[in-house]
Amino acid sequence: MKQQYVYGLAAFLAIVGLSIFGYKWQVLGFPLSKNQETSVWTVESSIRFDSGPGSIKVNLLIPTLTPGFRMLNENSVSRGYGFSLNYGSGGREAQWAIRRADGPQRIYYRISIFEDTGTDQSDTTPPFPPPPVINEPFQTAVEVIVADVKEQSADTASFTAELLRQMNDPSPDPNVELLLSNATTRAEFVDSLTTILASARIPARAVHGIELQARQRNAEPVAWLEVHDGDRWRYFNPMTGEENLPDRFLIWWRGNEPLISVEGGSNVQVGFAVQENHLDAVAIAETQAAQHGASAADFSLYSLPIQTQAVYSVLLMIPIGALIMVVLRNMVGIDAFGTFMPVLIALAFRETKLFWGVVLFSTLVALGLSIRFLLERLRLLLVPRLSAVLIVVVILMLLISLMSHRLGMETGLSVALFPMVIIAMTIERMSVVWEERGALDAMRAGLGSLIVAVAAYVFMVMPWLEHLIFTFPELLLVVLSLVVLAGRYTGYRLLELSRFKALAER
Amino acid sequence: MFANAQQLREAGVLGLNERNSEFIMRLNPRRLYPRVDDKVLTKELALDAGMAVPELYGVISNQGEAGDFGVIVADHDSFVIKPAQGSGGDGILVVTGRSQRKRNAFRLSNGVLISEAEIAHHISNIVGGQYSLSGNRDKALIEYCVRFDPVFAEVSYQGVPDIRVIVYRGYPAMAMVRLPTRASDGKANLHQGAVGAGVDMSSGETLTGVLDNDVVDEHPDTGALVAGLLIPQWDFILQSAARSNEVTDLGYLGVDMVIDRDLGPLILEMNARPGLNIQIANCTGLATRIARIDEIYSPDADPVERAYIARREFPAERQTSIHF
Repeated sequence: MKQQYVYGLAAFLAIVGLSIFGYKWQVLGFPLSKNQETSVWTVESSIRFDSGPGSIKVNLLIPTLTPGFRMLNENSVSRGYGFSLNYGSGGREAQWAIRRADGPQRIYYRISIFEDTGTDQSDTTPPFPPPPVINEPFQTAVEVIVADVKEQSADTASFTAELLRQMNDPSPDPNVELLLSNATTRAEFVDSLTTILASARIPARAVHGIELQARQRNAEPVAWLEVHDGDRWRYFNPMTGEENLPDRFLIWWRGNEPLISVEGGSNVQVGFAVQENHLDAVAIAETQAAQHGASAADFSLYSLPIQTQAVYSVLLMIPIGALIMVVLRNMVGIDAFGTFMPVLIALAFRETKLFWGVVLFSTLVALGLSIRFLLERLRLLLVPRLSAVLIVVVILMLLISLMSHRLGMETGLSVALFPMVIIAMTIERMSVVWEERGALDAMRAGLGSLIVAVAAYVFMVMPWLEHLIFTFPELLLVVLSLVVLAGRYTGYRLLELSRFKALAER
Repeated sequence: MFANAQQLREAGVLGLNERNSEFIMRLNPRRLYPRVDDKVLTKELALDAGMAVPELYGVISNQGEAGDFGVIVADHDSFVIKPAQGSGGDGILVVTGRSQRKRNAFRLSNGVLISEAEIAHHISNIVGGQYSLSGNRDKALIEYCVRFDPVFAEVSYQGVPDIRVIVYRGYPAMAMVRLPTRASDGKANLHQGAVGAGVDMSSGETLTGVLDNDVVDEHPDTGALVAGLLIPQWDFILQSAARSNEVTDLGYLGVDMVIDRDLGPLILEMNARPGLNIQIANCTGLATRIARIDEIYSPDADPVERAYIARREFPAERQTSIHF
């Protein structure tokens, strides 16, 4: 009965802990490992034009759906313009307007995005396009090509591939040559492709995007062909017929509308610049969570002041040390002084580093023990004697620091980080055990404490574990559930297997 | 080096974790602990129940009274000083006599002379809580020093051998004799180096011994065989042990008794967390016997009946000794 409560509680704690963890990891995108940096690209489009006499209205198409990327933020820089974001037929549009402006004008639109393969395009299935109205003789040429390509293909994808092959043929068929005669740019070429596909009643459109590279001052939007196969949109390189998008291709706008329209201005120029930054993945996740209004981020430790964060990054490791101690004491069966003494020593090892920590700790305890034995002769009462040991420990720490400083070994200074009260208690306990049960038992328990401390230290300084607990403090619930489970562990301790060996052999 | 857990389970060996969670936490409520942790209280309860205990000479509960112990022991040449809340035999001082020359110097069981001032310091340490389980202030008991029965004389090195009986829900489940050695400094605690010898529950005859988790046949100091000694008044010992359940209400209990040359078996102390080495001494797992007691448990059985059942149910499987 009670056993079930324990299991139930442990399961509850673990489930709560793990589900918050899972949510923060999968949905909010908090990173599992430390210093995981995500590339953030800032794409800036700068618009330049000469102002006309009247009011000015600038419309710029901006990214709407960006498969493979997620938007971190966007902003616009302009002098005196009113700014608004609208949804037009081709997706989102940024609009700047001003009553009156003089001289050359500059407007910037900046968007920061990061890669996120989880971002799919949640696009609607388009209707079949109506047959386009085309003038002769182009109409006949289109009909011949469509009939020809249809003959040599099975479905939408193979139709598109075959069409692209014919259109890019170095020695083209006269019909193709006719159609291509007025397509001079890549964008126009893609435009005529969509017209041909529309005649075959295949939904298709042009996508214009930028291939992101580390740093580009003058990036050009490139047109790509997007074809819907009745199930999803597929991307084709209009020049090679390959079905794919380049890596890191940010789709800026779709359709054959012009990127920009400026009313009341002339000499319009649009340029794109790309800059890659590395941002801590945690920061990105926080921004994301804030945008989604997720309350998990409000309780994140990263929102605390830096100094408090530093304190907690240490404190949060104590439960890990406690878990290690539970395992070593209740499942392995190692003897140690005091319940939490090894964990506190391990905490001090964090600062002193392991080797010097063990050396300093052993020195301190050994010196303290010998002085404790001298005190024994004075027959002091218990509390004054404990206080005397404590004072001796403080003096010893001071001496070790001074001496190592004189010798130029700065590591010795860190002895001051040991919890002196704990050490004084350890010395006292050890000396009592020494007298009562002999040096062997005292050494064994002392060594046991050191082993547990070292083991706890090893886990408490694992950087990935520290990061994991600090980013996902809810994992402490999982630690708690493990400790609760260990509390009902009634099996043998590892060392008991050796202790009771004689009984098993019978 | 290691046995496998499956083998141990089959042998019915009780582990520390299981002892703590299944028996101590379940059968020994915390509020009853003072009955066994405070030896003054244990003594009172046992006396009220009409059980035999070593006579109490006096209790010292203040630092200021530490010097008064001379008055308390004025009429006694031998006595024992122990902390009321000590554990594991720590802090016990056995005084066997006075120095011939100086009236105020005492001889300890190991032959060492000790001055009155040193004893007073020891008492003030006890009162200060150095040996108490919780580290709190404690009391020092001064009581009759048992003159032990010669039955164990050959297999003891100084000190007092005692008999430990594990009592589960009022039924004696297992017993051993604890024999002091030179290493244990005359103390009868196994973890201090004393030899433990298993006892055949049906006859009260000792079996082979255990020293530091290893099976031994001879006493390390005297060389005498540990096995084959018949414990006198075995019936009475088992009945007293069984009765301790009614006295303390604890369901899992270790009862420590000594056999006095003149007074017979006396209850020395009781323990709410008895150790598990008794299993090695008996080469038998406790879990098996506990399971058997759960089967035959009857709330109406009186101590005499329960002692009888223990003798009937738990005879030792005869040792096939390693030495032929």
